[in-house]
Amino acid sequence: MKGIIELFSDYTFQIVALGTGLLGVVSGVLGTFTVLRRQSLLGDGISHAALPGVVIAFLLTGTKNTEVLLFGALIAGLIVSFLITLVTRYTRVKFNTALAVFLSVFFGLGLALLSYAQRHPNANQAGLSRFIYGQASTFLARDVWIVAIAGLFVLILVFLFWKELKVFTFDPTFAQSLGYSRTRLDMIMNLLLVVSIVIGLQAVGVILMSAMFIAPSVAARQWSKSLGGMVLLSAVFGAMSGVLGTLVSSAYANLPTGPVIVVCASIIAGISLLFAPGRGLVHSFYRRYKARKEMKGKQALNA
Amino acid sequence: MLNPEFEIQLIAVLVAMACAVPGVYLVLRRMSMVTDAITHTILLGIVIGFFIVKDLNSPVLILGATIIGVMTVWVSELLSDTRLMVEESAIGIVYPLFFSIAVILISRYAGSAHLDTDSVLLGELAFAPFNRYTVNGVDIGAKGLYTSGFLLLLNLIFVGVFFKELKLVIFDPALATIIGFSPAIIHYALMSVVSVTIVGSFEAVGSVLVIAFMIGPPATAYLLTNDLKRMILYSMAIGSFSGIIGFRLAMLLDVSIPGSMAVVVGFVFMLAVLFAPKRGLVSTLLLRAKQRKTYHQLALLWHVYQHEHTDRANVENHISTISKHLNWEQSKIDRIVASLVQDGKLQVRDGMLYNMLDASELEAFLFDE
Repeated sequence: MKGIIELFSDYTFQIVALGTGLLGVVSGVLGTFTVLRRQSLLGDGISHAALPGVVIAFLLTGTKNTEVLLFGALIAGLIVSFLITLVTRYTRVKFNTALAVFLSVFFGLGLALLSYAQRHPNANQAGLSRFIYGQASTFLARDVWIVAIAGLFVLILVFLFWKELKVFTFDPTFAQSLGYSRTRLDMIMNLLLVVSIVIGLQAVGVILMSAMFIAPSVAARQWSKSLGGMVLLSAVFGAMSGVLGTLVSSAYANLPTGPVIVVCASIIAGISLLFAPGRGLVHSFYRRYKARKEMKGKQALNA
Repeated sequence: MLNPEFEIQLIAVLVAMACAVPGVYLVLRRMSMVTDAITHTILLGIVIGFFIVKDLNSPVLILGATIIGVMTVWVSELLSDTRLMVEESAIGIVYPLFFSIAVILISRYAGSAHLDTDSVLLGELAFAPFNRYTVNGVDIGAKGLYTSGFLLLLNLIFVGVFFKELKLVIFDPALATIIGFSPAIIHYALMSVVSVTIVGSFEAVGSVLVIAFMIGPPATAYLLTNDLKRMILYSMAIGSFSGIIGFRLAMLLDVSIPGSMAVVVGFVFMLAVLFAPKRGLVSTLLLRAKQRKTYHQLALLWHVYQHEHTDRANVENHISTISKHLNWEQSKIDRIVASLVQDGKLQVRDGMLYNMLDASELEAFLFDE
């Protein structure tokens, strides 16, 4: 116990936990919308696609300034989300196929560019690969500011466009009949998603970022039937995963933060699936068991 | 001994063809993202296998990876069968979890062993020729040649033997069940083939290129044909082509070979997206533009036809007033009228519009276009 208290007062821990906690809030909120829109894996595609953006930003500017690199990732993410929308809307290729193609192609482009960057004159590209797996432990106060500002931007937009996003999520056809432009709302949604993925890259990395969107939202869905409740709970679960994951990974040696956060989020999702009242598996098994018993009783009476 | 450059290209072609075959079925079953999931989770299989045998070259690792690959699909389906979440979310929970467990196990317990995530996930085809296969001390070629050749053979045999079963299960699972083929057995057989192919290929080309080769060429072929056999053949051809061009490009620019091959796959896909006859973006937009024009022509013609020979004809059918009745802009009216006049379907005299088609011709125009 004393160790944990010591840990909480540790500056590095505070910074990292603050960063991952904020990240959990933002991805929890955004994840709710993507999960309800059945586009859970879009985050996966966009996060992989961010790699070439990061490398191109490095090659063009020669700096390893986080803001610059993340800006590159942002542009690449927007391009890939645009391409996926384009392909699925105008050809017969389905959403998940388009996603898989662009994900691998963009990541491949990133690898090709990375190998090119390795021969770059001022060749210190060592920091770039941290975006693949993420390194929350390298978080500095400045990085937390980036997460906080970008996260605030996302949350404010969600708040402002709340009813548009809501009607768009549950009934896109109705939204269109009300006169909302599907293209515009798609763009807003994609922008929010890309921004929140990009700020997570540093901490969790491209491969695991998508889990931060899905697991908290799926967990929240089991407890709440309203969008507002789901968003709120999802944000709480996201933050819990972030802080808890950071705590566990700093308490033991050789535990990478990103994967531990993902495991925490998955455990929360697992508990919710099992024990949520009403929807949960335990409850529905109990209900079925009771129904069967009742049925047997009735049969006995009839006989 | 073959020249290494030729060997790399040969391996790439074999892997591309081997991946394309099961990939076609994944694309048609809308399960493309399963490849992404499996390429990541096999790491867990490898790690567990390694902990059991403590040997990186043991076939147990391959077996473990294949089993975990199939398990990924199975667990995702168990989760989505609870109806508490949709399929995409189930995959999106299972694969990062498996992958995270693998990374945690590696960094915690296998730090000293030569087992790092990079070599598994990123792969480098350039090293394939160094990995030789020797029998009694005689070099008989790169190992990758044998694995990929074996995979291609396996997949071709699988698809050849179960062609109609697979076709049935993909296009009409309900009918398949009625006739007595279990969609579940065929499904898991296919998933095992996918898993073996991914496991066998990633060592040679890396996981990213496996996804690109498995989904890219079939997605491209899907835009070019409606025939299952052709789709398989086209995919194999497109994959091989991308492999060879990608290799040349990588040599030219001195960059990562799998990366450059994946980029070529994407380039070919985008070409098909834009220019595929009938199903490409350009022909879709042209078709839509044509339909829009026909619709407007019909609406205008129908309006004129309805009001001809009535008392209100001079109000309803006059070029200066019709825009009010159809609620279109005047410029649009002028454009549509001009196109109809050109086709001989409409005449304009003193600003009055006269329909040139009789009822049956109008009906023919309505239903033929």
